[in-house]
Amino acid sequence: MNIVVCIKQVPDSDKVTIDRETNRLNRAGVPSIINPFDENALEMALQLKDKHGGKITVISMGPPQAEEALRTALSHGADEAILISDRKFGGADTWATSYTITLALKKLADPVDLILFGKQAIDGDTAQVGPGVAHFFGVPMITYAKSCEVTENGFRVQQVTDHGYNVWDVEKPAALTVVKEANQLRMPSLKKKMAAKKAEIPVWGAEQLQPDETKIGLSGSPTKVNKVFAPPVKLNKEILSGEPADMVKELIYKLREKKVL
Amino acid sequence: MSAKKEIWVFAEQENGKLAGVVFELLSEGRKLAAKSGYTLCAVLPSAGGKPMHQELFNYGAKKIYNVEDPRLQTYQNDYFSKVVYSLIEKENPEIVLYGASTIGRSLAPTVAVMGWAGLTADCTELDFDTERQILLQTRPAFGGNIMATIICPDHRPQMSTVRSNVFKKERVSENETGEVVEVKIDLSGVKERMKRVESVVEEVNTVDLKAADYIVSGGRGVGSPENFKVIEGLAGALGGAVGASRATVDAGWISHHHQVGQTGKTVCPLVYVACGISGAIQHLAGMQSADLIIAINKDPDAPIFDVADFGLIGDLHKIVPEFTKQINALRS
Repeated sequence: MNIVVCIKQVPDSDKVTIDRETNRLNRAGVPSIINPFDENALEMALQLKDKHGGKITVISMGPPQAEEALRTALSHGADEAILISDRKFGGADTWATSYTITLALKKLADPVDLILFGKQAIDGDTAQVGPGVAHFFGVPMITYAKSCEVTENGFRVQQVTDHGYNVWDVEKPAALTVVKEANQLRMPSLKKKMAAKKAEIPVWGAEQLQPDETKIGLSGSPTKVNKVFAPPVKLNKEILSGEPADMVKELIYKLREKKVL
Repeated sequence: MSAKKEIWVFAEQENGKLAGVVFELLSEGRKLAAKSGYTLCAVLPSAGGKPMHQELFNYGAKKIYNVEDPRLQTYQNDYFSKVVYSLIEKENPEIVLYGASTIGRSLAPTVAVMGWAGLTADCTELDFDTERQILLQTRPAFGGNIMATIICPDHRPQMSTVRSNVFKKERVSENETGEVVEVKIDLSGVKERMKRVESVVEEVNTVDLKAADYIVSGGRGVGSPENFKVIEGLAGALGGAVGASRATVDAGWISHHHQVGQTGKTVCPLVYVACGISGAIQHLAGMQSADLIIAINKDPDAPIFDVADFGLIGDLHKIVPEFTKQINALRS
């Protein structure tokens, strides 16, 4: 079975802060990590491979340094890695990103049985690229997958919903986005870590993927960022300090005044 | 390209029951309609839509695109994306809004790709720029550390998903009327590539964060799983629910059902009490629309105080039990 796992390198968003003077992100010194939900997608692939054999290819689209995330994925047990990277792809929104990743999937030598994504990336939080790629690539899509078993013609997938879960039978090839509750990524092995360091990671750019140039990067993206700003700060706040009993007494008085108690 | 001056709300339903977020989207859609002069419409794919029409009108839809087919009883991505996209192709609306539910977050990106349309996820604010005649879609990014306003200047429709509890629902009246447009869409050519074999509704213990009037949440400052008892105590005294930050859920102190924030639940209670939560905006993104926010934290510089109406600086382990005690005294 051939499984492709699409991963994204993201800044560790818990460590990103905003400069309230300039409204810019302070990204210096913020570590880059594999998007945490993509780790769950990778582990799902590894477990399927443990059981049924096959090959796992990890793909990432991003700047040259995203190669680091691919090496990490290899150290956890993926077999091959491909980096999609080109200046021309820069500034892509989820539409243009989905289009570009699909071109890479179409270029793979072996037919794909399953494409896995994390449920969303923690930097953009859009959850749009998985379903986008599925449609461009022409395969059925199940979002928020918690488990996946191989069946005769495809997969049986448990999908987390807003109020419980659904079970789907989906034919292969299929695409899934995977939730955190699915699993936890195994530790990398020392041997694989060494191999990952030396692994050859091909870089596919516009020359290799031959995209329709109107559909990539900034120009292929329907959405544009109009304005970026710091989250609003409340102006009429009251700060209390002192003895707990006094603070709480004053707070309760004010809450009753506002009729919320 | 000139699009039809309509704002569509995807009327998400399963088994004839409309999702709550639909009414929130219609309520917000009315404001956009008033500002833009566009017509607010509901798009209702279902197995039988009539019983749902009155409620859609009551919340402000002036027109309903009613699509009926037995295959639309419950959600299936291939059928629903075919229906919604065919309608968009035919009618060419300016704006389409979807709930950011499991369903909306599968449907909207599929439709966006089909039509080369712009899609902005998880908007927390929508506005209409009357000068440029475009939708302004504001959303948190980078875990909520920053807000971005997204526009879609050249492609139509302009589409957004919005989480439940971000906008308030408000009925116009109980006997609104409007137009129903019956649309036939042929699904016989859509191959059945996936089939739902089971659907289970779970009563997720007693955490009903979305419906609670009072929520008391604990963060890293709570210190240990045992100490969540203090938080539960105050929640109990207030008759509310217990929330938690991502840090405490990741640490395994409390189940993820309690998690409030960008990757957890979005809540909108009357009062939100944040205890020992520093206020990574990942968390703020899930609770900022609470009517009143109380922050209890020993660090006076914690970002949680930026969004608080009342800030109590001090040790939560002393303040919260005192709060519980005084509430209990008040209630007895």
